[in-house]
Amino acid sequence: MKSFTPYLLWKKISASKLFFPLSALALILLFDLIFIPNFFAIQVRDGNLYGNLVDILRSGSTVCILAIGMTLVIATGGIDLSVGAVMAIAASVAALMMNPYVMATVLSPETQRLINDPTFTFAPLWAVIAVSLLVATICGLWNGVLVAYAGIPAMVGTLILMISGRGIAQLITNGIRIQIFYEPFSYIANLWILVPFPLYIVVLMLILTWLLTRKTSLGLFIESVGANARSSFFSGIDEKLIKLLAYAFCGFCAGVAGLIASSNIKTSDANNIGLMLELDAILAVVIGGNLMTGGRFTLLGSVIGALVMQATTISMYSIGVPANAVMAIKGLVVLLVILLYSKQVREFMYRLTTQNRGNRL
Amino acid sequence: MAETNNIITMKGICKTFPGVQALKNVDFHLKQGEIQALVGENGAGKSTLIKVLTGIERQEQGTITFDGKEVAIRSTHHAQELGISTVYQEVNLCSNLTVAENIMIGREPMKLGSIDWKAVNKQAEQILDELGISIDVTQPVGSYSVAIQQMVAIVRALEISSVKVLILDEPTSSLDTHETEQLFRVMCQLKSKGIAIIFITHFIGQVYEISDRITVLRNGEWIGTYQTDSLPRLELIAKMIGRSLDAYDSMQKSKIETSQHIKKEDVLLDVKGLGLSGSIQPFDLELHRGEVVGLAGLLGSGRTEIARLLFGVDQPDSGSVTMNNKPVKDFSPLESIGRGIALCPEDRKAEGVVGELTVRENIILALQANRGYFKYLRQQTQYEIADKYIKMLKIATPSADQVVNNLSGGNQQKVILARWLAINPQILILDEPTRGIDVGTKAEIQMLVLSLAEEGKACIFISSELEEVLRTSHRIIVLRDQQKVKEFSGEVEEQSIMKTMAGSEE
Repeated sequence: MKSFTPYLLWKKISASKLFFPLSALALILLFDLIFIPNFFAIQVRDGNLYGNLVDILRSGSTVCILAIGMTLVIATGGIDLSVGAVMAIAASVAALMMNPYVMATVLSPETQRLINDPTFTFAPLWAVIAVSLLVATICGLWNGVLVAYAGIPAMVGTLILMISGRGIAQLITNGIRIQIFYEPFSYIANLWILVPFPLYIVVLMLILTWLLTRKTSLGLFIESVGANARSSFFSGIDEKLIKLLAYAFCGFCAGVAGLIASSNIKTSDANNIGLMLELDAILAVVIGGNLMTGGRFTLLGSVIGALVMQATTISMYSIGVPANAVMAIKGLVVLLVILLYSKQVREFMYRLTTQNRGNRL
Repeated sequence: MAETNNIITMKGICKTFPGVQALKNVDFHLKQGEIQALVGENGAGKSTLIKVLTGIERQEQGTITFDGKEVAIRSTHHAQELGISTVYQEVNLCSNLTVAENIMIGREPMKLGSIDWKAVNKQAEQILDELGISIDVTQPVGSYSVAIQQMVAIVRALEISSVKVLILDEPTSSLDTHETEQLFRVMCQLKSKGIAIIFITHFIGQVYEISDRITVLRNGEWIGTYQTDSLPRLELIAKMIGRSLDAYDSMQKSKIETSQHIKKEDVLLDVKGLGLSGSIQPFDLELHRGEVVGLAGLLGSGRTEIARLLFGVDQPDSGSVTMNNKPVKDFSPLESIGRGIALCPEDRKAEGVVGELTVRENIILALQANRGYFKYLRQQTQYEIADKYIKMLKIATPSADQVVNNLSGGNQQKVILARWLAINPQILILDEPTRGIDVGTKAEIQMLVLSLAEEGKACIFISSELEEVLRTSHRIIVLRDQQKVKEFSGEVEEQSIMKTMAGSEE
C-alpha cells in the first residue's frame, strides 16, 4: 500500500512548478509598487524602452543565461561552480582577439592610434565570438571529463576551474585589463532594439535550449540520469556522455554570459567579470523549482528564478539600501523562497492546516 | 478465552486514502510470545495495517487495545514508547559506524566525561551474545552481510525501549538460506522471552517454517487468522489470491508444448569460455530460439554475474560470444540493446526503475536510448506504446503519467518488463524478476516468460526460488562458487538440483 498523502502533495507541486518562482517575483514587484514611487514607469526614448523593469531584464540577462546552462548540470545531479571564472576566460579571449597589440610592451604611435580606433579589430567579430565560445565550451568539457569520466564529485571537480579560471584569464591577457574600443562588440550589451539586445539573446538561448532538450531525447535522458544514473546505464543510456554534454553546454552558456558582461563594461576585467555569479546562477535554478539532487528540470523556472534575484537587487538599490546590505537582503529573499520548497516546512504547514480535522476523528 | 493474553487487539480498523479504501473493517489479534505471519498480495493492506499500528497513519474507524488498555497511537515515537518496534526491509543503520556504535548510539556509557569505548564494545558484545551472534563489534556495520546488519538493526530496536511487539517487514527478502536460518534462530529466542513478533513476508515456505499463526489480508479486507499447522499451503495461497491455482497447471502444459518448438540446430547465442576473474569462472552456454534457460544457485554463486556479463554491464576478461553467428566485440548495455539483448536487473530500485519519472518515460527509456538523441519518439507514439504495455501486462496505474515511485513493487517490475518488451528483444535475461512480488503477479510473470518463448524469443531466468526456476525453464544450469557446475534438461527432480547447488551430489 502506498501512502497517498505525499502523492497528492507531489501532484500539487508538479502541477504548479512555476507557481512558487512566479509568486516570489510577484511579491517583490508588489513590494516595489507599494514602496517605490514610479518603479513601473517606462520611458520611451528614440523608440526604445527604458525604466526599472527594463533594467531588471537587462542586467539579469547574464544570470538568466548562466541559469539555463546550470539547470541542465544540476538536473544531472551535478553542480558547476566555475561558470563565473569561465565568463572571465571568455571575456579575456575576446578582448585579446580584438586587440592583441596591448601585449607588446612598447607601442608605436601607429598602433596606438589603431587601438583607440573604434572601427579597428584584429579578428572579425564573428571569429571573436566563435573562438571565445569555443574556449568556454572546452572549459565546460574539462569539467565534464573530471566529473563524468574521472569520477570526481562535481563540487570538487568544478572548484578546480573556479579557482584556476581567473588565473588563466589573467594569463591570457598577461595580467592586463584590456580596454575594448571596437564599437560593434559593445553593441552586444548596449544596443537597444525596442528593448536591450541581451534580452533577445536570453530568449533565443531559452528557445534553443528548450528545443534541444524537449524536441530531442536529451531532456529525458538528462532527467533519467539525474534521477537514477545506474538505472539509466542499465537502460542503455550513456550516462557519462550525458553528463559531459551538460557541462559542455553550461560552459558554452558561461561564454555567452561572459561576452555580454565584457561588452557591457567594454573591458576584459578578469578579476571582476562574473564574480560570484555562479552562486546567483545556482540560486536562480533552485528558486526556479529545480531539485539540487537532479532529475526533473524546468528551464523557464530557472530564468524566472534569475529574475527574482535581479529584481530583488534593483529594488533594494531603488529604495537606497547600501550595496553591502543588498547582499544580506538578497540572502533573506532566497532563504524565504527556499524554505517554501523544504519538505519539512511543507509538511509542517500541511499538518498545521489539517490538524484540527485529524483530531476530530 | 484467549482474549486475556492478547497483547494487541485491533478491531474494525478502517482507513481510506483518496480513491482507495486501504483497510476495510480489519481485525487483528496478536498473542504474547507468538510469531504471527502477516501475508497478502501487494496492495492487500499489510503495510497500511502496520502503519496504523506504528503511528505513521491513523485509522478512521476502529479501536486498538494494547496490553489491555485502549490506546490512540499518535506517532512513531509514541508507538516505540508503548513497546512496538519495527525493523524495515531496508536496514536503517549507519554503515560506516561500528556495530557497537550502532547498537549503543545515544546511550553510550560514560567515564570521566568521555565515552567509555571499552564498555561500549563490551556491552554490545554481551547483547549480541545473548542472541547467539558472535561477531567483532568494532568492525563497521557495512562490512557485514545484510543478514548480520538486519540482526544488528533488530538488536538496536530491542535496546532502544523495552519492546513487547517486534514488527519485521520483509526481513528475509535479501537473505540467502543460511542467513535466513540465522535470523529465524534469533526470532525464536525473542519469542521465548515473551516478545510477540509480526512477520511480514512473501515467502510462503518461511511462513510455515517459523510462524505460529497466519493472518491473511486481501484487498484491504481481513480474510482470517489461522493456526499455521492446520492450514495447507495451497489453501493459504488460494486465500491470498482469492482464486485457485489453475494458472500453474496451464503453465506446466505450455512449458511442455513450447519445449517441442525449440530448434536445437538454431543457435541464437553461443558463449565459449566467457569469464571474469573474481566474478565468474569461464563458462559455456548455448541459447536457442524459443528456449527458457534457468540459472539456479545460491546468492553469490555467480548467477547474477553471468547476467551482467552477457548484458555488458561488466567486461569479460576471457572467452568469446557469438550471436546469430556473428562474433560480439563490444560489451555495453547500449550495444546489447542494439543486438536485442535485455536485462531485468536484480536490484529493481537501484538498477531498474527511474522512480521520479513517469510510467510512460520508464517504458520508452530503453527504446529511446536505442534510437538515439535525435529520433525522439513523438508524444502520441510514447503514449501508445505505454498504454499498450499497461494493458498487456495489467500494470495497475491510474495513467501513463503516474510517477513510478507511487506504484507497488510488482507493478514497478512490470514497468521494467514493459521497457524491455518495447525494444522487442531476442534474448531476455530476467534476474530475480519476482522478488518481493505477490503470488498472483509471480504467476503472471512466469506465464509471460513462457509465452515469450513461444514467440521464438530466448529467456534466461534467474531466481532464488528453485520451484519457480523448475516451473519455467526447459533447461537448468546450476552454479556454485562462481562456477557453472552442471546442466539439467528434461524432467528434473528438485532434490537433485538442490544437492548440486549445495555440492553434495556425489
